[in-house]
Amino acid sequence: MRTNFSTSDKIFDYVNYALLTLLMIVTLYPFLNTLAISFNDAKDSIRGGIYLWPREWSLDNYRYVLSEKSIYNATVISILRTVIGTVVTVFCSAMVAYAISRQDFVLRKFVTVAFILTMYINGGLIPNFLLIRDLNLLDSFWVYILPGIIGVFNLIIIRSFIDGLPESILESARIDGAGDYRTFFSIVLPLCVPVLATVALFSGVFQWNSWFDVFLYNSSTIELSTLQYELQKILQNSNASMTQKTAGDAFAGAMQNQGQVTPTAVRATMTIVASVPIIMVYPFLQKYFVKGMMVGGVKG
Amino acid sequence: MEKVEVAETVHYPKKSPNKFLQFLKQCGKQHALLVMTIPFLIWLFIFKYLPIWGWTIAFQNYRPSKSFAEQEWVGFQHFAFLFEDERFLRVLRNTLAMSGINLVLGFVTAIALALLLNEVRVVVFKRVVQTISYLPHFISWVVAAGIVQQTLSPDGIINELLLRFGLIKEDILFLGIGEYFWGIFGAAHVWKDVGWNTIVYLAAMTMIDPAQYEAAEIDGAGRIQRMWHITLPGIKSVIVVLLIMNIGYLLESGFEPQYLLGNGMNVDYSENIDIFVLKYGIAQGNFSLSIAAGMFKTVVSFILLFAANNIAKRLGEARLY
Repeated sequence: MRTNFSTSDKIFDYVNYALLTLLMIVTLYPFLNTLAISFNDAKDSIRGGIYLWPREWSLDNYRYVLSEKSIYNATVISILRTVIGTVVTVFCSAMVAYAISRQDFVLRKFVTVAFILTMYINGGLIPNFLLIRDLNLLDSFWVYILPGIIGVFNLIIIRSFIDGLPESILESARIDGAGDYRTFFSIVLPLCVPVLATVALFSGVFQWNSWFDVFLYNSSTIELSTLQYELQKILQNSNASMTQKTAGDAFAGAMQNQGQVTPTAVRATMTIVASVPIIMVYPFLQKYFVKGMMVGGVKG
Repeated sequence: MEKVEVAETVHYPKKSPNKFLQFLKQCGKQHALLVMTIPFLIWLFIFKYLPIWGWTIAFQNYRPSKSFAEQEWVGFQHFAFLFEDERFLRVLRNTLAMSGINLVLGFVTAIALALLLNEVRVVVFKRVVQTISYLPHFISWVVAAGIVQQTLSPDGIINELLLRFGLIKEDILFLGIGEYFWGIFGAAHVWKDVGWNTIVYLAAMTMIDPAQYEAAEIDGAGRIQRMWHITLPGIKSVIVVLLIMNIGYLLESGFEPQYLLGNGMNVDYSENIDIFVLKYGIAQGNFSLSIAAGMFKTVVSFILLFAANNIAKRLGEARLY
């Protein structure tokens, strides 16, 4: 449109691009720095001065981390809870969302209100803990899946999506004699793929990133630990060591005796292992979650 | 699936004397929908409503070994204790301070970034900035806390830069100084979510009529003036709604960053209600006091959220659901 830029407009542009570039640097630098440290020789890293590129390339950190039995096991659990948790919540949320999107459903109001009320009110940490204990779910894998079968936010965005589908499609399915199961499985589900992708992304990220439920419910069962919780334990150690120098040195010494690694190197490597799956996936689902945010964030 | 007919939409004007019978009839017709929802209603009841029963513990001197009937009831004693407890009042202060900082910083930075992004005309550049700025939102707080720790550590980049530019003489142990915690917390939140928070504003900006910009340009308005007089007013209603909604979450200052970045040296500033609940409840086993604190938070949040939602509704804007 505009053909003649004034000088002040040009200056504005330069400043703007500079600021946004700075933002990108601030956002990316910690990741690139961590990546560089994870690929650098652990002993060499102690000298400091590693920024964006490894000084002495080495895969030892990854060899060490991936050969740890506990970390291998935690990776498997992380993957399992992400896959199972996501599939279950996407499917179940879609089912309930379909039911409450049907204007004539007898329990429509009741179900909607019952779910939405839980956004405002919840028992809180301790009552939930007692519930899980009383249900005998402590130290079990299912504590990762069962409490999150349906997310209210998921329910809302799927329902809004179904509401936005052309009524004529559902109408004609009904006229053709399709029952509710049929309509749901062969018409609504396929049409909802975009919104289901959004929900799957949110729930997958949530499951993959969770560590608190592991800490709270399963911390005594090492076989059920997840990557994030293992990383959290490492961080907690180094946080403690930062404030108490001597203890930290002891910890560092203990780790060094095990081989060629240091706490800093292990932490960096674990950070990369724990975040790479997400970094690989989210850019490709960008258009979906941006839409999902818009529906869920401000809904008329 | 076989024999069901769900053909007509339901409003046929048959006069049925018995409403209940009609209801049952409809249920029979919609049995597929019932099968699809009732198991989840049961799930909802068990996992979301049943725990609320646990609030009764806040009114007892709870002993895990005793049955419900045998518990000693003490009324509001635990609540009274909370509000005389110096530690709880400090925790409350920290909660309000951190969510307040979060609210203000979060809004200002997200709106500013959205305004800047909106002025970018090179589509590819805009796309790249956006994609990168969403990244920290998706990583876990565990990873983010690790990054914050690393960045602020004595051999981290911040200390190094400050030293190099001569702003400090020796390394600062940022996370070891309580007074810095709120600032670190706010900055960490901005780093993690500023890009993500622009999504809603950028969406709102696309709804602004381009003719307004053209008219302003003809009138000689510069870029900054257009931003200030057109773009910002254009997203005003979204800002107002989000602001009101966020006030509803004033007691929800989060849990993970405080827990992960907190340590013995900054505990006076990092401990919030959620951590208080966790420490008293799980670590010390004082369920009654811990639940009282949690219940206080939930009830106040409930009131705030309802008020916020109603105000937003009255303003004729979008609302939470």
